[in-house]
Parts: sequence; C-alpha cells; structure tokens
Amino acid sequence: MIARARLPRDRERDLEKATSELLLALADDDFVLGFADSEWTGIAPYLEEDVAMSSMAQDELGHAAAYYGLLADLSAGDPDRIAYDRPADAFRHCRLVDHGRGDWARTMARRWLYDSANAVRLEALAGSANRPLADLVVKVRREETYHLLHGEAWLERLARHHGEPHRRLAEALELVGPDAPSVLAPLPSEALLVDAGIQPLPGAELLTRWSARIEPVLGRLGLDLPAAAPAALDPRTARSGHGAAFTWLWTEFSSVRALDPRATW
Amino acid sequence: MTGAGGPPAAEVVAAVRAVLAGIADPEIPAISIVDLGIVRDVTLARGRLEVELLPTFIGCPALDLIRATVAEQLEPIRANPDSGIEQVAVTISFAEPWTAERISDTGRAALRASGFAPPEAGPQLLSLAAPATCPYCGSRRTVLENAFGPTRCRSIHYCTACRQPFEQFKDG
Repeated sequence: MIARARLPRDRERDLEKATSELLLALADDDFVLGFADSEWTGIAPYLEEDVAMSSMAQDELGHAAAYYGLLADLSAGDPDRIAYDRPADAFRHCRLVDHGRGDWARTMARRWLYDSANAVRLEALAGSANRPLADLVVKVRREETYHLLHGEAWLERLARHHGEPHRRLAEALELVGPDAPSVLAPLPSEALLVDAGIQPLPGAELLTRWSARIEPVLGRLGLDLPAAAPAALDPRTARSGHGAAFTWLWTEFSSVRALDPRATW
Repeated sequence: MTGAGGPPAAEVVAAVRAVLAGIADPEIPAISIVDLGIVRDVTLARGRLEVELLPTFIGCPALDLIRATVAEQLEPIRANPDSGIEQVAVTISFAEPWTAERISDTGRAALRASGFAPPEAGPQLLSLAAPATCPYCGSRRTVLENAFGPTRCRSIHYCTACRQPFEQFKDG
C-alpha cells in the first residue's frame, strides 16, 4: 500500500492539538503545584517562609493563568473554564506534583526537584518556534530564578543538619524522587512538537541535561535520588492516572466555583 | 486614522500618554505607571487605541485594577468624537520582559522618597547579588532579609548602618 502524504491542513490541526497538549502540561503543573504549596499559607515554619511560600504559590498560579490564556487563544476558550471546570481526570500535571504536600521537607524536596527540572524545560522553550510561548517563557524564567535559589538554600540547609532534618529530607527524596523525571517525560505528541520546533528539545535530552545539573548538588550534600519509576517516564502515564492526594486538592480548589458556576467576580 | 477634521493620530497618542503619566501604581502610589516602565506602547490605528502593558510580575494581582483604571481614565478622550477612537484596548504583553531598567530616573527618585530602594539597573536579577542601597541613609551596609515581600515586586532588607528595615522594588 502506498502511503498517502498528509494534507497540510491535517498537519496544521495535528500541530495545534500537540501545542495545546504542551501548554496544558505547563499550565497544569504550575496550577496544581501552586495550589498545593498555597496550603502552607499561615502555617509555614516561620513568618518569612510563610511570605516566601505564598509568593511562590502566587507566581505559579500567575504562570498557570498565562499558559491557560495562550491555550484559550488557540481554542477560543476561557482560561477560567479550562482551569476550574474540568473533571479531575482531565488534568495533565505530572506525577511529581500529584503527591500531597506532606511535611516541610517533602515540600522543599519537591520544590527543588520541580524547579530544577522546570528550569531545564523553560531554558529550551525560550527558543520555541511558537512566539507567544517563547515570549512568555522569557519572563517566567526570570521569576523562577528566585524559586530555584530558595529551593537550593533549603535543600542545603536540611541536608547539612544531621539527625531529623537530613532524615526527613532523605525520606522525602525516597518518596517523590522516583516521580521527578515525570516533569520532563516526553509528551504523547512530542515527535511532532520537536519536528516543528515548538518544543526545541526532546524529553530524553532534557532529562540528560537535568541529571547533569542536579547530580553534583546531590553528591555534594550526600543525598541519593532513587531511580525513575517506569510510570514517570512513560508518555501514557507520566501525566495521567492521578492519586487520592490530587482528588482531595481538586475538590478543594474547585469547591468555591462549584457553589455557583455562574457567579462573576 | 482620526475622524475628519480631528487632530492627527500622533497628537491623540500624546494626549493619551499624558493621561497615563498621571496614573499612579495602585500598590506604590508615589510612582506612576509610566515611570514604573510598565507602559510598553500606545498605538492608534483604524479607530482602535491600544495601550500595551508589561507586568512587573506575571501573577501581579494589581494588573486588573491597573487595566480598569487606564480604561476609565481614557474614557473622556475616547468619548470625544474628534479623537477618532472607537475602541480602547488595554492589553498585557510579554513581547519583552519588564525589568528594573525600565524604571525612569523620576520613578527612582519617587521610590526613594517613599522609603523604597529602587532596583539597581544592570544584569539580570542583580537585586539579589548586590546589597541594596538604604533609602534612608544611603548606606550599602545592608542585608537581604527575604527575597519575597508584601507584594510580588518587593523584597525585604535591613540596613545595619541606620538599623532601619526597608523594602526594595525588585527586578522581575
């Protein structure tokens, strides 16, 4: 059978679908992490940390709103509806942010893993052929620089205090570490995105770069990151099949909207 | 293009810019949105006036208020049939990032006068790398207390010379 060349219009439609998939992954990651971290507002270990965590959570929700905005532009939709009116299983955040916030060590371990992986992803996306995305990413990266510095400082602080701080950090890495590569795992439509330059580098290359960056830090602090969970690297499972912690969070963040979906603010 | 007999577009745009220069930042009213550098461009084409704003931080909750204020303050110009404006669009742009370098000298002086260290203009996020200058005594013997402050665009510092806590408008 002779393969039929795909019509350009088909390709355009496929590419738009793939771009939506990428934007949704970026948006949902920041949205879910932002909500999870906002759980610390009022109960962080001390006041300065309360302000810092709340600020970072606010940044993540801001970034998510901007990505949802780009997605809404593509689909002539409404960013609020995309964010709040989807069932829990339609979210496409990665497995790393699917965990509950846990204790402070787990929150800090997760933040550092996420921020370091996200930095590698955003560095590549700053060169995206999708201009609105590339422009937005330039600004997001500047803000994320503050998050990464914050996370590194906490990782160092917990790791260097032997006894309970180090132990809790090690336990946190043991629990969420296997899911960390899910941030950079290939999306189902990755080949198309890479081919079109919308995602300039494939997930495999991003993962290699991320490892090269975090391994020296982990080594210096005497920390181990467990091997990746197979589900965290598989495009079919890295961003679906969410757990109980997310079901709880989803119920929480959609509860006000659910009270009166037609209310305006 | 403007209505027949109306002023040329450049004049209308200049009038719009003058209005914008009088709109205060809602979080730090001492500085105008123009001196803060968040107004990227003002254009008038085919009856559509566009005011492009650059957010200092993406999740800044004051943005909606600033957009509404800009639209409200421009209403008298729009309502004048000679202006040639049929529609006002206040848009948020990421075509270039807002950075500390966009704050004008007037804006820097206004920040200092109200107890804020202006961000140092220079390489990316220098506000974290170099000590802020105390807006009260001018000393550089200051320490960063928290990179995160009461709003997204402010960090908290302490001056060891005059023992005064102060805030810096930070680079985003």
